[in-house]
This record gives sequence, C-alpha cells and structure tokens, in this order.
Amino acid sequence: MNAETRPLIKPQESGVSTVAAMRAVFSRDMKVAFRQRQDLLNPLLFFVMVVTLFPLGVSPEVSFLREAGAGILWVAALLSVLLSLDHLFRHDFDDGTLEQLVLQPQPLFLLVLAKTLAHWVLTGLPLVLLAPVLGVMVHLEGNSIAVLCLTLLIGTPVLSLIGSIGAALTLGLRSAGVLLSLLIIPLYIPVLIFGTGTVAAATEGAPVGAYVALMGAFLVLAITLAPFAAAAALRISLSNS
Amino acid sequence: MSVLNASDVACAHRPGYGALMSEPILQATNLQCERDERMLFRDLSFSILPGTVTRVEGANGTGKTTLLRILAGLNDAWSGELLWCGKSRNWHREEFLRNVLYLGHRPGIKALLTPMENLRALVAARRPVADTVLRQALSGTGLDGFHDVPCRRLSAGQQRRVALARLLIADEPLWLLDEVFTAIDAKGVSAIEALLQQRAAEGGAVVVTTHHELQLPGMRSIKLGEVAAQ
Repeated sequence: MNAETRPLIKPQESGVSTVAAMRAVFSRDMKVAFRQRQDLLNPLLFFVMVVTLFPLGVSPEVSFLREAGAGILWVAALLSVLLSLDHLFRHDFDDGTLEQLVLQPQPLFLLVLAKTLAHWVLTGLPLVLLAPVLGVMVHLEGNSIAVLCLTLLIGTPVLSLIGSIGAALTLGLRSAGVLLSLLIIPLYIPVLIFGTGTVAAATEGAPVGAYVALMGAFLVLAITLAPFAAAAALRISLSNS
Repeated sequence: MSVLNASDVACAHRPGYGALMSEPILQATNLQCERDERMLFRDLSFSILPGTVTRVEGANGTGKTTLLRILAGLNDAWSGELLWCGKSRNWHREEFLRNVLYLGHRPGIKALLTPMENLRALVAARRPVADTVLRQALSGTGLDGFHDVPCRRLSAGQQRRVALARLLIADEPLWLLDEVFTAIDAKGVSAIEALLQQRAAEGGAVVVTTHHELQLPGMRSIKLGEVAAQ
C-alpha cells in the first residue's frame, strides 16, 4: 500500500449536493439490479402467473373476467410489490452499504427516497407497463384498461413508499416476511380499494376525476411522509444491530 | 442543510491550525451503554485529540465495536455526553458526518460491482473525485489489474483492500476504523500501520479497534471490559 498517492489533508470543500448524492444512490441501485437481472423478473413473473391462473381457477367467462379483472390485476400487483420489498434494504444491510448510507452527510430521508424510487422503477413500473397486455387478457375494455394503467401508475409508487417503512422496520429481524406483510397490508388496503374503485367507475361510465384525485393525494402524502418514517426506522434498525 | 466551506471548516483541527491542535476533536463524558441487559461500559470518559492514534482495547464482547458505532452515530442506545469540537454532536450531525470516515466490519462493498464502482459510490457521496484519483488509490492498495473485476470474484482480503483504498484519498479529520487489519496480509498490515502513523503526523485523528498487536509511537488507548471485571 503506497501512502504517497494520497494528497495532504485539506479543509473540506462544500461537499456534494444532495441531488447529486441522490442520483448516485439511485444509479448504484440500478447498476446492482441490472447485474442480477433474473431477480428483476421475479415480481413480474408472479404478477403474470397470478393473473393467468385466475381464469383457469375460477371461470374463463367474459362476464366474470370483465367484472373481476381490474381487482385481480390490482391484487396481483400489490402482492408482487409486497414480495419484492424484503430486498429493498436487506442486501445493503448485509454488506454494510446501509451503514455508509446513514453516515452520508446528506439528509437521510432524501437518500431513502432515491432508493425507494429505484425500487419502484425496478418493480412497480414494469408492472404498469405489462398491465395493458394482461388487461386485454381479462377482457377489459379499452377505456377501462387506460384507467387501470393510470391507477397503477399512481398507486404502485405509493405501495413502494409505504413498503419502505415496513422494510426498514423489519430489517434487523431474521424472519421478517410475515411481520412485514402484517404491518404493511392494512396500509395497502385503502390504495387497493380506490385503485379498483376507479376502474369500476370507469367501466360503468361514471366520471373518475374524483377517484384519481384521491389517489394522487395518497401519492403526495406518501412521498412527503414515508421517507421520514423509513429513515427513522432505518436508524433504529441499525442502532439495534 | 449546512454547507461547509473553507472559512467555516467544521473543525479547526487541521495542520496549520497549530494553536488549536490540543483541543479535542471528539470528547466523551460519562458514556454508558447497556446491551442485552449487560452493562458494556459506564462512566467512560476520554477525548480524541488531533494528531493521535487511539486504540480501543478489550477482549471479545467488551463493546469495542459498539463504542465505535456510538462514536460514529450509528448506535443511539447510549447515555452520556459526546462533544464534537466542543459542540453537541447530535445537533451538528451533518457537519459531523462530513468530517468522519467510518469503516466497519462490513465495509459497504457490493459484491456485484467492481472495485472502481464501489469506491466511486462510497467517495462520491462526500465529494467529487476524478476517476484517475480513484484508480491511483486502488493501485495503491495493491489491486492493480482488478479495477474492473466484480468484487465477488476477489478474495476476502482484496475486498477489504477496496474499502481501505478510501483511506488513501480520505481527507476527513477523524477516522473510525473497526478491525481494520482483518484478512490483510503481513505486508499490508505494516503498510496500514505506516498510513495511520503518517495520518497522525498530518494532524488527523484515528480511532482503531484491533486484536492485532499495534505499536505506534505516541499511541493512546481506551480500555474496555473493566466493568465486567469488577
């Protein structure tokens, strides 16, 4: 090890801007995820499997699928996001990256927000993109499919954000899966109800503006509050480890 | 968010601020920590001076790592007072973090990323650094030829060396190093010892925990485990 390569100590310059630090966190998560592409397919595959099994298991009739289709898609999307949540902080926790993240001289909640955004881009967004195909499969009409995709587009980030709190809280636990589900599912229920409600209204030809606005309110609430809670939960989990 | 610039440098304990050199960079008073209903230490008071290497001593399970995590701000389950340059550390968290480098058991190296990507991610959170500097640092730790190999293909010692490369380009005045000699070969160990000594000579403060027989001139020590012995 050659110590001469190091410059002399000098007073720190202004450091790195928070936005640059967030971008660095985001891009590292993306890079890691794309080095492990098969893991990205898991939630997608789960989503597709659940939706395709429903017609086989319950009824392939058009009338049933048209009525239940949006609900099936929403439940499948919700569960596949839930399944992917445990990975949100787990690997970083195990290899010490999380400790270094907490020790970064930027507000932790913004770094957590960047991580959650990466999680959504890697799991929620592919679900939204795949939803139209599956929507056609369950015989939804064009208008309903458009509204379904819109609700998923607004709703899946909410799922990731709320999930980040649960993932952070259960980090230090050995078998976090069940507890994570128990903590998070009650908070997912309103999102699910309004998500499917919006599509049901669209199918009946009713105006959906109010529903969409309410879902937007969920998203705003989640973006503003969830990162704070998740950051606090991360500190607690690390403090106990 | 406070942005640090050269004029209000968080801590004046740097080379060239000779008059202030004797002021502690970190001062702990009556630290107490209980873990799993066991008192790890209590009434622990010490100060970390710039230009010194401090070794935390104690047998396994006496709380060396816990103490270091408390100092770094990772562990909140303690009582007592911790002053950073005479100010409460908890109230000046961002400023404190900007000036501290902590290397833990788990050094924050991602197995899927290359040493370059790892080092860049770890350093870039603190200040912009050119790639050539990063490459130099990695070469300085003996990782020549491994810059772009995924870390999972490297040996345990090489992975530690990726983390240690941070020390070659770090300019944080306070280093907290947990078991820094783990998995490092004899030649590497003496290089780290020389690095710590040089760091102290430059005015940096270093706190290390190690089971390795570390002998540096002017080294201070904090002894843990006396509570358990009583």
